[in-house]
Amino acid sequence: MKIHIDEDKCVGGGQCVLAAPEVFDQRDDDGIVILLQDSPPSDLDAQVHEAALLCPALAIAVEG
Amino acid sequence: MTLDQVVVVGVSAAGLTAAETLRREGHGGRLVLVDGDPRPPYDRPPLSKQLLRGDWAEDKLALRPSSALEALDAEWRLGVPADHLDLGARHVRLADGAEVAFDGLVIATGVRARRLPFVSGSPGAHVLRTVEDALALRRELVPGAAVVVVGAGFLGTEAAAVAAQIGCHVTVIDPLDLPLQRQLGRRIGGRVAQLHRDHGVTLLCGRGVADVREKDGRTVGVVLDDGAEIVADVLLVAIGAEPVTDWLRGSGLLLDDGVQCDEFCQAAPGVVAAGDVASWLHPALGRLRLEHRMNATEQGMAAAKTLLGQRTPFAPVPYFWSDQYDVRIQVYGRPTADDFAAVEGSLDEGPFAAVQHDADGRVTAVAGWNMPRQLRALRQALVDQQPVSC
Repeated sequence: MKIHIDEDKCVGGGQCVLAAPEVFDQRDDDGIVILLQDSPPSDLDAQVHEAALLCPALAIAVEG
Repeated sequence: MTLDQVVVVGVSAAGLTAAETLRREGHGGRLVLVDGDPRPPYDRPPLSKQLLRGDWAEDKLALRPSSALEALDAEWRLGVPADHLDLGARHVRLADGAEVAFDGLVIATGVRARRLPFVSGSPGAHVLRTVEDALALRRELVPGAAVVVVGAGFLGTEAAAVAAQIGCHVTVIDPLDLPLQRQLGRRIGGRVAQLHRDHGVTLLCGRGVADVREKDGRTVGVVLDDGAEIVADVLLVAIGAEPVTDWLRGSGLLLDDGVQCDEFCQAAPGVVAAGDVASWLHPALGRLRLEHRMNATEQGMAAAKTLLGQRTPFAPVPYFWSDQYDVRIQVYGRPTADDFAAVEGSLDEGPFAAVQHDADGRVTAVAGWNMPRQLRALRQALVDQQPVSC
């Protein structure tokens, strides 16, 4: 699995961090997403897909 | 539950998410997607922000790449609105007369902008709900233009901020004392008022609009309830929205501020509703209808699962945000017009995180002003029904 994020679209809602805290974090100042790992292990697949589905700004794309 | 044919009416965020969820959860039958809008599904929050400001081109609003839409293996009926539901015969009639049979139906027709009866729609007068609305408004937001925004809710204040940033002379009119007062209380409302004044916006609060002035078929001004007249090259009416349920009249579904659903988002056997149009029974918060982007996704998923027999009460933590100038306001929960109390920072200046609570001190809503990380932590207090110290 490979994750792409679009910082320009991100609205700092933090839903991704709630869904997959081992993969996503937020910058302190503006809350924009930080990708902690762009190819996480497969046991996190479900969480990452959930994060991408829930993102209200469609800022997360998942390949594979 | 096996469904042969599911029809989704309204293919914006909620309807599209429902369609995707149906496929992901194993619906292998026919899937018909109906929408009066001829465009492929697009996202709405940027309409009053990035698109209006001209930062984004229209194609960036696409909810999905075309490959993902094709992968749904659906029959698309775009540009033809549904105009009648026959629950007994189990079909939806479209405006072109076609009858589309279903054994599962997702209602996601959203809302339309509320209008003022005396505003005719002459050039210069706008509402903001669709991409066409946003593009038409954007064309007229030029430096120096006199822009009058009626309504100081989220849409009105966001659009006012964009217009002020472009260099328009902006006036916002609202019958309440402060912007966003109904949504976030007087203290945050006062802060929002100051933010707009700092950017040169004139706020006429506690005032109503009684009429519009037109000249040569074009909007040129508004008349306030005290008789005062204000010049307007551009008029934006942002006084809320109403659920699109006309097509459901006489269907037997209960309509009262949206489609009335149970806690599973079900309106009738085999019929569910999601997104702005859906009024459902939240297990903890009571009857709700949310016009929030986040809710469209979450409820689209929940409604689709209900249709497939995976019935779980839909109990989200409501979330929305608003971008104005360099400020991002984020809110979890169900805020009232009561005042928030700061937990971090000050409501009067700089970033803050604040809460509303019930009589027992339990958090019922949290709001942040440029404090996204702290807000996420406070959300947990809301979920856990914990008291926090202010």
